[in-house]
Amino acid sequence: MAARVGVVTFPGSLDDRDAARAVRLAGAEPVSLWHDNSDLRGVDAVVLPGGFSYGDYLRCGAIARFAPVMTELVPAAREGSLPVLGICNGFQILCESHLLPGALTRNRSLRFINRDQRVRIESAATAWTNRYTEGEEVCIVLKSGEGSFVADEATLDELERSGRVVARYVGEAPNGARRGIAGISNEHGNVVGLMPHPEHAVEELTGASTDGLGFFTSLLAHLAETGPAAAAATG
Amino acid sequence: MPEQPQPDTVAAAKAAPETPQPYAELGVADDEYARIRTILDRRPTAAELAIYSVMWSEHCSYKSSKVHLRQFGEKAPAGDALLVGMGENAGVVDVGDGNAVTFKIESHNHPSYVEPHQGAATGVGGIVRDILTMGARPVAVMDALRFGPLDAPDTRRVLPGVVSGISFYGNCLGLPNIGGELGFGAGYAGNPLVNALCVGVMRHEDIKLAQAPGPGNKVVLFGATTGPDGIGGASVLASATFDDESHAKRPSVQVGDPFLEKLLIECSLELFRDGLVVGIQDLGAAGVSCATTELAAGGTGGMRIELDRVPLRDSTLTPEEILMSESQERMMAVVEPASLDAFMDTCRKWDIQASVIGEVTDVTPEEAERGGRLVMTWNGETVVDMPPRTASDEGPVYERPYARPAEQDALQADIPESLERPGDDDELREQVLTVLSAPGVCDPSWVTEQYDSYVRGDTVLSAPHDAGMIRVGDDGTRGIALATDGNGRYTRLDPYAGTQAAFAEAYRNVAASGARPLAVTNCLNFGSPEDPGVMWQFAESTRGLADACLRMGTPVTGGNVSFYNQTGEAAINPTPVIGVLGVIDDVHTRLNTALPRHGSGARILLLGTTAEEVGGSVWAEAVHGHLGGLPPRVDLDAEEALARLLAEAADEQLLAAAHDLSDGGLAVALAESALRGGIGCSVHVDDAFTALFSESGARAVVVADPEDEEAFTRMCRKHGVPAAEIGTVGGASLTFTYPDGGFSIDMETLRQTHRAPLPQALGDD
Repeated sequence: MAARVGVVTFPGSLDDRDAARAVRLAGAEPVSLWHDNSDLRGVDAVVLPGGFSYGDYLRCGAIARFAPVMTELVPAAREGSLPVLGICNGFQILCESHLLPGALTRNRSLRFINRDQRVRIESAATAWTNRYTEGEEVCIVLKSGEGSFVADEATLDELERSGRVVARYVGEAPNGARRGIAGISNEHGNVVGLMPHPEHAVEELTGASTDGLGFFTSLLAHLAETGPAAAAATG
Repeated sequence: MPEQPQPDTVAAAKAAPETPQPYAELGVADDEYARIRTILDRRPTAAELAIYSVMWSEHCSYKSSKVHLRQFGEKAPAGDALLVGMGENAGVVDVGDGNAVTFKIESHNHPSYVEPHQGAATGVGGIVRDILTMGARPVAVMDALRFGPLDAPDTRRVLPGVVSGISFYGNCLGLPNIGGELGFGAGYAGNPLVNALCVGVMRHEDIKLAQAPGPGNKVVLFGATTGPDGIGGASVLASATFDDESHAKRPSVQVGDPFLEKLLIECSLELFRDGLVVGIQDLGAAGVSCATTELAAGGTGGMRIELDRVPLRDSTLTPEEILMSESQERMMAVVEPASLDAFMDTCRKWDIQASVIGEVTDVTPEEAERGGRLVMTWNGETVVDMPPRTASDEGPVYERPYARPAEQDALQADIPESLERPGDDDELREQVLTVLSAPGVCDPSWVTEQYDSYVRGDTVLSAPHDAGMIRVGDDGTRGIALATDGNGRYTRLDPYAGTQAAFAEAYRNVAASGARPLAVTNCLNFGSPEDPGVMWQFAESTRGLADACLRMGTPVTGGNVSFYNQTGEAAINPTPVIGVLGVIDDVHTRLNTALPRHGSGARILLLGTTAEEVGGSVWAEAVHGHLGGLPPRVDLDAEEALARLLAEAADEQLLAAAHDLSDGGLAVALAESALRGGIGCSVHVDDAFTALFSESGARAVVVADPEDEEAFTRMCRKHGVPAAEIGTVGGASLTFTYPDGGFSIDMETLRQTHRAPLPQALGDD
C-alpha cells in the first residue's frame, strides 16, 4: 500500500496541486486536506504547500496557524510522530505555529525573487532529506517575497550546534537570510521548513532539475523504516 | 450620517424634462446626449446617464475603432479552430483532444501611469476575470510593457511600481508569468503601456457566454462589495487625454485584492463544474452598468434589478455611483431558482459574499424591438427604465477622419543608409556591446525575476525564451505556446508593415519554440483618435493585421484598443502589441533558445535571407539615435515556410536550439543564446555590418548536432528556406570573423554588458 501524504489547501494556497504531483511522482498517494476540517484522514505525513494562505493578511502564516486543520497536526508534529514539510508559505506557517523557531521576513531587496537557486543540503538526518548526502548541492527554484530567515543569535547557534540547519543557499543568500539558511528542522527531524520549492524540481520538462524529488523519496524511505506504511507492509 | 440625497427617478425625469444635466463632464457629446433623449423619449435619469456615459465611452464602446476592427471578422480566414469569435469576453480556440483555449490581451495604460502598482495589478485582475468568465481555468499570464527612457526620473517611479503590481497580483493568484516584452521610448514617458495577457484552458463543453436566458432566473452579484473606487474610470480615465491634473484623478484608479480574486476563481470554477450558472459576466470597466446591460441584451432582453440590494463598502454611495463603480473582484451570474441554494452554499464554502439583486424578466415584442427593457429600482422607486441593447451593442459608431500625416514622407525619406558605419573591428565590437545593452534589448531579469514562472507546475518555457509554453491537461503531452510582440519604431515608420512585422515576429517566436501558430489577439495602443494622423496610423495598422491574419490562416479572436496614449499633442509611437497562440502536440519536443551547454562542436545555421535593413533598428537607435526610413520588408510567405520548417524539425527532434532573429539582429540573438547556454560560439559572416545588425524578418538561428545537419538541410530545401552554416558552438567567448577581420567578446563581458543596464538604473538588492 502506497504511503498517503496529505496536502493541505488553505484559502490562497497555490502550490498545493504541484505538491500533490510531486508526492505522486515519488510513488506515494496524495490526499487533499481542507483547511476548515480538522480530520487528517489518517495520512502518514503532511505537506503544507506554498502560496498566500488567507491572503497573507496580518503576517504570512499568522492566520493559517489557527485553521482547524492545524488542531491535530500541531501536537502530532511536535511529539515527532507526524512528518511535516512546510514549503515557503508552509515554512512560514510552521514558524507561526512554533513548530520551528525563527521567522521569515521580507527579502533584503524588498522585491519578490523567482530564481533557480543552488542550495546545499546540510543535514541528511531528517525525515525529508535522508536520501541526500550532506554537503550535496542541488538546484531548486526559490520564489518568495518574504523568504529571509531570521532568528536571534542564540537560536541560530543552537540550530547549527544541533544539526538542524537542513539547507543553506550556496553563495550569498539572495534574500538576506541569516547565515544563508534556506531550511531548518525540529529536534526530532520530522518537521522541516524549506524556503525553496522542491515540488517544482521533480520533472525535467518543467523544472530546472529533478533535484527536488529527493525530499519526497526521503519521506517514503523514512516511512518504510518507521511509519505506519511499514507496519502495513509487514503486518 | 449624512442625509441621502433623493435619487433622480424616471417619474422626476418625466416631470422635469428640461433639468440641466452634466453630460459633458461625463464625457458624453452633445449629439450623443440628444440620441439618449431620442431613445428614451425623455431626458435620462442620473442613473441612466451614468450607464450611457460609461457604456458609450471609447473604452467600452470602441466607437472610434469599430469600423476598422470589423475587418478582423470580414477578412477572417476559413477554418474550424475558432469556437467562439470576437465580441464575447474572449475568443476560444480548439487545440485538440477536446481541449479549448481562450486568451486575450488588454491594456491598463492610463491607470498605471496615475498609480503604477494598483493600476498594473488591477490590469492583471481584469484580464484574468475575462478569461474565467468564458468558463476556463486561467493558467498563465504575460505582459507587454513600455516605459519612458530608462534614465528618465519618472521611469524609476512607474516601472518598479508596475512590475511590483503585476508581481503582487499575478503571484498571489498562483498564475505563472510565462513571458512578455519590455520596451522603452521617449513617447512612453507620460504614457506607459501596460498590456496584460491571460490564457485559460477548458473542455469544449464548458464554454460559458455572457447571457441571461430564462425569465424568473435570479441575477446574483458575488465577490467583493461595491465601493467608490474607480468611479468614472472608464469614461474619465481611459477616454480622455492626460493633462497636468492627472494626479487629481487618483481616486479613479481601482484597488485590487488578489486573495479575493483567487477565491473567486476557485468558487466560480466549482459553480461551473456543478452546472449552477446559466449566464456569467465579470465586472470590469463600467461595473454593474456593463454586466447588467450585456447580460440582459444577451438573453431575453429583460431584467429587473434592485440597486439597493448591492452590498456596499460605503453606505453613502448613490445609485449612479454604484452603476459606475469599478470595484474589483466582482462577478454577476444568472442562476435558476432551483440552483440558488447550491450556488449560495458554494459561495459560503469559499467565503464569497453573494446577493440576489434582481431577476430576468420577459419582454413584449415591442420592447424587444426597442432593445429590451432593463428596469432598476432604488428603495422601490424606478431610477432606470431603458432598452439595454442601446447601451451594450448600439452605441455610437464614428467614422473618424483620417489622413496620412504630412511629416510621414520626410520620416521615410530620412533613410539609415546615410548613417556612419563602424570603421574597424574595435568599433564593430563596441557597437555590438552598445546594441546588447540597449534598454529594450538588455537582460530583463530585474523585471522577470519578480514573477513566479513555476506555479502550477506546467510551465515548459518562460522568459527569456522566444515564447512561453504551458502543458495542457493534467500531465498530458499537448501544449500551447504564446508570444507577444510590438515594435513602435517600425509602426511609426510604416503602420501597415510595422504591424505585420509585429505579428510576424510573434508568429516566428511561437514557431521557434516548435509550436504551430493558430490564432491571434491584439492590444492596439495609439494616440488620440481625434487626430487624423493617429487615425490614419490606426486604419493602416488594423488593415495590415487583418491582411496578415487572412494570409496566414490565423484568425483574430479578440483584443482591445487603447486610444489617447498621448501627452498634449505628442502621441506615442503607434504600438500594436500582437499576441500569437500556437499548439504543440508533444511538449517534450519543444525548442529553446539556449546554446546546448554540452554541445561543443554543434553546428550553427542561419535560416532565411538577410538584406541590409536597419530602418527602425536597434542599431540605428542605440548607436545613432536615429529613426527614419522604412522598417524591414515583411515576407509572409517566407515566415510561413520558416514556421513549417521549425515545427517539423522540432517534431523530428533534429535541432538542439532555435532562436528567432528580431530586435538587434544576429549579434543579439547569438549573444542571448550563448549567455542562456553558458557556452560560447564562433561564427563567420561575409558582410559583417549587415550580418550583425540587420533586422530582416523571417529569420532564425538554429543549432544542429553534426549528425543531424544533413537531414535538417534537406528539410530546409523541402520547405524552400535558405540555410547557411555560419559557425559552431563552443569556447568561452562570442567570436565573429569576416573576410577582412574579426573580434571576440568573452562571456563575462557579454554577461555584464547585457545584465547591467536595469540594475544600474533601478537599483540592485
